[in-house]
Amino acid sequence: MRTVVAAILMVIAGVCGAEAQQIDADTCAVPGYMLFGDNLLQRVWAAAKANHLKIVVFGTTSSTLAGSETSPDAYPARLEATLRRLLPGLTIDVVSYAKPRQTAERMVKGFDKVLKEEKPILAIWQTGTYDAMQGVDPKEFLLSVTAGVEKLRAAGVDVILVNMQYNPRTENILAIEAYSENLRWVARERQVPLFDRFAIMRNWNDSGAIDLFAATKDIAIAKRVHECIGRALASLIIDAGRLGAVEGKTPQ
Amino acid sequence: MSESSALALPDNERTGKTADVSMSSADASLDVAGLDRSRAKRSAPERSIAAAPVMSGKRDLRLDLFRGLALWLIFLDHIPSNIVNWVTIRNYGFSDATEIFIFISGYTAAFVYGKSMRERGIVIAGSRILRRAWQLYVAHIFLFAIFMAEIAYFQSSSVNPVYAEEVNALDFMQRPDETIIQALLLKFKPSYMDILPLYIVLMLLFPPILWLLQRSATAALGLSVILYAFNWHFGWNLKSYPAGEWFFNPLAWQLLFVFGAWCALGGAERLSKVLRSRVTMSIAIAYLLFAFSIAMTWHFPRLRIFIPLWLADWMYPIDKTNLDVLRFAHFLALAALTVRFLPKTWPGLESRFLRPAILCGQNSLEVFCLGIFLSFAGHFVMVEFFHGYVMQVVVSITGVLIMIAVAALISWYKSSERGSGPPKRAPDADLAGGQV
Repeated sequence: MRTVVAAILMVIAGVCGAEAQQIDADTCAVPGYMLFGDNLLQRVWAAAKANHLKIVVFGTTSSTLAGSETSPDAYPARLEATLRRLLPGLTIDVVSYAKPRQTAERMVKGFDKVLKEEKPILAIWQTGTYDAMQGVDPKEFLLSVTAGVEKLRAAGVDVILVNMQYNPRTENILAIEAYSENLRWVARERQVPLFDRFAIMRNWNDSGAIDLFAATKDIAIAKRVHECIGRALASLIIDAGRLGAVEGKTPQ
Repeated sequence: MSESSALALPDNERTGKTADVSMSSADASLDVAGLDRSRAKRSAPERSIAAAPVMSGKRDLRLDLFRGLALWLIFLDHIPSNIVNWVTIRNYGFSDATEIFIFISGYTAAFVYGKSMRERGIVIAGSRILRRAWQLYVAHIFLFAIFMAEIAYFQSSSVNPVYAEEVNALDFMQRPDETIIQALLLKFKPSYMDILPLYIVLMLLFPPILWLLQRSATAALGLSVILYAFNWHFGWNLKSYPAGEWFFNPLAWQLLFVFGAWCALGGAERLSKVLRSRVTMSIAIAYLLFAFSIAMTWHFPRLRIFIPLWLADWMYPIDKTNLDVLRFAHFLALAALTVRFLPKTWPGLESRFLRPAILCGQNSLEVFCLGIFLSFAGHFVMVEFFHGYVMQVVVSITGVLIMIAVAALISWYKSSERGSGPPKRAPDADLAGGQV
């Protein structure tokens, strides 16, 4: 059904925000099948009608940039900027709770407080990397993620799961397959969208859009990756929340 | 004992020399079990495997062939993002090269040490098995040292800020005391270094298993199945450091090892009627086709809509850690087809073309370690210097060629050692010691 390539959406994004962005839309293009699925964000859709969309990001260091979760260049901030640009009629807030060294289990323990304070509509939950590093039992990881998704759902919050980054250097050091498989499994079981960051970043690398092999301390590539992740997440939210229809724009 | 006589080796070697033979030289002769001929014949200039007549009592070259192939596949699978990985079997079904490796290792362990246990008793055979476990342990620690060197390099080289998290995670270098001790205890195992620790534990448990297998093969296999079933239910596993449990749960994977050993000690003969039946063949083929179609949905996500939800619910996740039944069944189906269509007497086994794989299979510990090292090195070259499809193919082919060359060298070395009289103190004890 959604065979259209997200590039179309990216082009819209590029046109709308042309003045502020030097990164051209093609860089961030993602094949539609990697981004869009059948799982909808019902609460996002309902909240959009009420004109306010509050999003929280749970995650670890890879959801931050230069060690700061409030960095204006990290993907949560880029997501906020993109959504504001694309959905000018809505009040949009993205708050990041990314902290280093958090297993899924640990993050779930912090959910209650954040839910109470922020009352979000949507939670973007990036997890798995630290669990893989610690060698947490994949089954326990599966249980933690399931419990977390249930907790968020029970609080009336939509969920998007985000998996690991594609990193050619640590590919044979950090075995992430079991964890990413489990994330995919929970996403399917609980019918929540999965933002397949691994496949998407790898696609950017393989297409030559972003060189992830580069051995550089320069932050430019990191900024570009986060910008593109922010935009792709925005496309996913608009699609799965059917906000395109709300705004009179549809990805098709 | 009728089943063991079917697989018994032509007696040689140990009937002639007995107590005066040092452990290592005895093992050096063990490792050619079935391949070597009488002492008189061994002095003949040609000692190639091809010259050995294939008969029921001879070593089954299919074992060496498939273990060699499994070693190549393990090497390829350990280089991530490698286009050549498309040839490996894990992409076309549930099981992968690990199953082949563990099964054949169980088979050869029973074959070699079973003979030793019958002839010289449980103490001698048991200590040989433990000696083998020690060699595996040393090999594992050696690989660990190489792995740590690679990590240390990555940490000190310039790192893209986008990967701050992954690099911080490698900070076990910051507390070497704990890391190294935990590695020595086999609790800290970097990823892709899980197979040898599994193998070590299986070998440590093997003396009593082998003893029971020789008393009552059925009872031993039954116990193994029961342990597997209990483990499935209770989820026992060994602990890892810093968290979690073993990636290959020995309590589950023992099933494949013991099953291999059982087959070697007559089980294969007992199964032959079942294996010949059309029903078995049809089930095996149908199951392989099913696994193949499921595997296609991993590569082409669009095909996923054809998998009904109830099937996915029942099937996933396919648990590698605990040797999922689906994986075990997939291996059985593959093995059944292989045994059926590739008889032991197939002349192709003697051909030059299969010789490289057979050579690798006959020196499995050395070639396995080399393969793990080469996969690190190949990945390192691809990441740091050249990447792209051409490089992936070059690295993969070069790696396999190096494995073959080293295997040939080791075989030549072992045979020249044997040719130069009984080595009282074999300097290459670790290299030559058994090829289980």
